[in-house]
Amino acid sequence: MRFFEYESRQIVAKAGIPVSRHGFATTPEEARRIAEEIAGPVVIKSQVLTGGRMKAGGVKFADTPDEAAEHAAFVLQLEINGHMPRGVLVDSRVSVKQEYYAGVVWDGIRKQPVMLFSDMGGIDIEEVAETHPDHVGRGWFSNLTDVSDYQAKQVIASIGVTGAALTRATPILTRLAQLFVERDMTLAEINPLAQLEDGSFVAVDAHMDMENEARPRQKQLLKELGVGDEETRQAREATPFELAGEAVDAASHRGVAGNVTEFDGNLGLVIGAGGGSLTLFDAVRAHGGKPANYCEIGGNPSVEKACGLAKLVLQKPGVDKIAVMMSIVSNTRVDIVARGVIKACVELGYDPGEKIAIFRIPGAWEDEGFKILERYGVEYCDRSVSMHEAARRAVEKIGVAA
Amino acid sequence: MPALFINVEVDEQVAQDPALAAKLTEVCPVDIYAQKGDGTLAIVEENLDECVLCRLCIDAAPHGSVRVVKLYEDGSVLQS
Repeated sequence: MRFFEYESRQIVAKAGIPVSRHGFATTPEEARRIAEEIAGPVVIKSQVLTGGRMKAGGVKFADTPDEAAEHAAFVLQLEINGHMPRGVLVDSRVSVKQEYYAGVVWDGIRKQPVMLFSDMGGIDIEEVAETHPDHVGRGWFSNLTDVSDYQAKQVIASIGVTGAALTRATPILTRLAQLFVERDMTLAEINPLAQLEDGSFVAVDAHMDMENEARPRQKQLLKELGVGDEETRQAREATPFELAGEAVDAASHRGVAGNVTEFDGNLGLVIGAGGGSLTLFDAVRAHGGKPANYCEIGGNPSVEKACGLAKLVLQKPGVDKIAVMMSIVSNTRVDIVARGVIKACVELGYDPGEKIAIFRIPGAWEDEGFKILERYGVEYCDRSVSMHEAARRAVEKIGVAA
Repeated sequence: MPALFINVEVDEQVAQDPALAAKLTEVCPVDIYAQKGDGTLAIVEENLDECVLCRLCIDAAPHGSVRVVKLYEDGSVLQS
């Protein structure tokens, strides 16, 4: 889940990292009051969960409290990429000697967090990494053991930072790495990390993304930030189709029919099993298929749940057929899923043999499942047929249908 | 809509016995059995297709008195 900048600043500050003086305002009057307290030039920044604020006019500079209020009034009603701001951040304009970048991100290939540090802050780190790779220091660390200053120091020193700057930046990167682990972040970024004229460092902007599944573990933090359980913080609002998917999942405690995501293709997908969903979704696309949805079934769902999900997908406008595919299942039962998807077809008045393009779920109780599929004339395959081949067959069938 | 895949047949003598009805209700993991107000057995039709073929009901009742019928397999029967 994503955090607004004003929340990210709080998270950073709680970790003991200095931040520039700032306040969060939801009205021009509040913005004026904060600017008065700061008693100097300020920046008014729109609080939206999207990029491109500066370009859209969501960042304004003010020299006086009156100007701050005036800009806040403008920014508060400014929609950016379809998002209305939650409020504005009133931030002091610090006198910067040099901008750095400090970040920690999860490296999915190494399966470890990686610390990043650059002396070219204020711009996208991806851009710096591409154009000036020698200006980006990297250091992987274990999220099972404590992070030490020496690890951060090595990363910063690797790009040639020395002396007082190295000494002062080191604990900041260490604390950022610690908060990344302790707060279950997938991204913790300070950009820019500003070195002021007096040599001290402050975080001028911060970006935090937390693992969605960590919400229960981070309840206290979310409470302190005022983030309610109802706030999903997804990149976009869930569609009615996706909300209906959540309802299907919630209706029965057995198994999972999760992460139902809407796409605009004609091949409905009932897919899952330990990463199988992503593999199968990609396989369908690789063969030129157009998925109507993504989903993840598993954990031995009830017939009701498998049926509910299949019905939802079958009824989605534009869906011609569904493909029911998983990798090899051990917990989920093949026969139960087969019953569910066939029941969905029958109850909607469809011939399962026509509507189910392919059924490829090998594993527990597959013999029983295959009996059911044979009974209803559904094409199925066992583990001797790869997921990619099953996806190809499904795409081929829908191609013929179209 | 009637069940597509599973049916259960319970002898009348068992169905009328509140103690056996309670036992069947307790053992079924997917709530196919329930007790009526007078304690006799009720079959919950909408749950029949949830049957996981665990045989617990078959084992809980006297020999041959509960039969689980697989409608998709030409009526083949699970029984003790």
